[in-house]
Amino acid sequence: MRPGHCGRDSPRRIRLVKNGPMLVEGPVEVELEDGTVVTSDRFVVAICRCHRSGRYPWCDTSHRRRSG
Amino acid sequence: MTERASAHTPRLPQPRGPVSAAVIEALHRPCPGAALAATAAARDDPFGEDGPLGEDPQLSLYVCYELHYRGFRGVDPGWEWDPELLRLRGVLERSFHQELLRGVAGGDDLEGELSTLLVEPKTPGGVSHFLATEGNWPQMREYFTHRSLYQLKEADPQAWVIPRLTGQAKASLVAVEYDEFGGGRGERVHAELFADLMAAAGLDAGYGHYLDNAPATTLAPVNLMSYLGLHRGRRGALVGHFAAAEISNPPNSKRMVHALERLGAAEACRHFYLEHVDADAVHEQVMRHEVLGGLLAAEPQLKQDAVFGIQATELLERRFADHLLRAWLSGGTSLRVPLSG
Repeated sequence: MRPGHCGRDSPRRIRLVKNGPMLVEGPVEVELEDGTVVTSDRFVVAICRCHRSGRYPWCDTSHRRRSG
Repeated sequence: MTERASAHTPRLPQPRGPVSAAVIEALHRPCPGAALAATAAARDDPFGEDGPLGEDPQLSLYVCYELHYRGFRGVDPGWEWDPELLRLRGVLERSFHQELLRGVAGGDDLEGELSTLLVEPKTPGGVSHFLATEGNWPQMREYFTHRSLYQLKEADPQAWVIPRLTGQAKASLVAVEYDEFGGGRGERVHAELFADLMAAAGLDAGYGHYLDNAPATTLAPVNLMSYLGLHRGRRGALVGHFAAAEISNPPNSKRMVHALERLGAAEACRHFYLEHVDADAVHEQVMRHEVLGGLLAAEPQLKQDAVFGIQATELLERRFADHLLRAWLSGGTSLRVPLSG
């Protein structure tokens, strides 16, 4: 991931973080399962992959391990 | 157009002991002034019984550092580079640093430090847990008041490190800072969002307005950022500190959102913390992998400093939280000077 590296001659890189979100260069539009479209114009957007986020589709760090 | 409260230049604070009295008294005069360093540095015990984290040294440091940000109303800007004042600041900084070293575990286990931060404790502890479950609105306003000393200059101390970085670490840190500074939109600057929060909570949004109310435990974490930011030699620690802060922010901010919903707070108050859930979930990844990773790839010898930055941040944040919770659980105010009205 190269935040801020926005040249569109090269493919947009998406990075999957182990046990974490998917990082995509912003801005992005995400169409949800029910058809609603949400947008984020952040330089990098963290998209939830664990479906635990209270801010879905954005990551809110709910994927983190909890201590016992 | 009226000037926003966040653009105000603060007044000099009230002194809290002999060292801050000497500093503040000097700043009332034109620069250069008398040999003030001699006054404080020559004392056998310049910090009194509370040591380097006490009220007098922490306020003195805070005032010295503020000269590099916005300064104080009516104070000669020349004081920023006055050699006598810088000498005194150096004395205070060295003892502050020594005190922090005494309080942290040290070492160079960066991965270990980061993984500890990345685990959510099941047993609730901190201030955001308290506010989310049992805190009341006056305590919430006290929390805002404490945090205003940093939050109204959010991400400013970290900007000092930019010229000391290169390549990917620099590019990524600047991208995070760009986000902190509103992505090119003045009204979205995080410090401005905090000013909106203050106003919505019926508090004064003026930059540095509540300095006299804030105890040393509140000033110390802000002084740490200024200290690490202003010294090139501390760039490893500054980056470690910044990563630690961004890692801790999303869960804390989530709990703050719950707390504010429970207390029926205004939308501007919620918005500040919601923004920090979304933004810092991104920033933590970029800070860890690109900035910290990039810096240590270029300068591996800075690992121990990065660990120090993380540990010192955690140490001072824990002291801050302990102070607030102790005060609130005993039914008192956590502020040095209670809010009026």
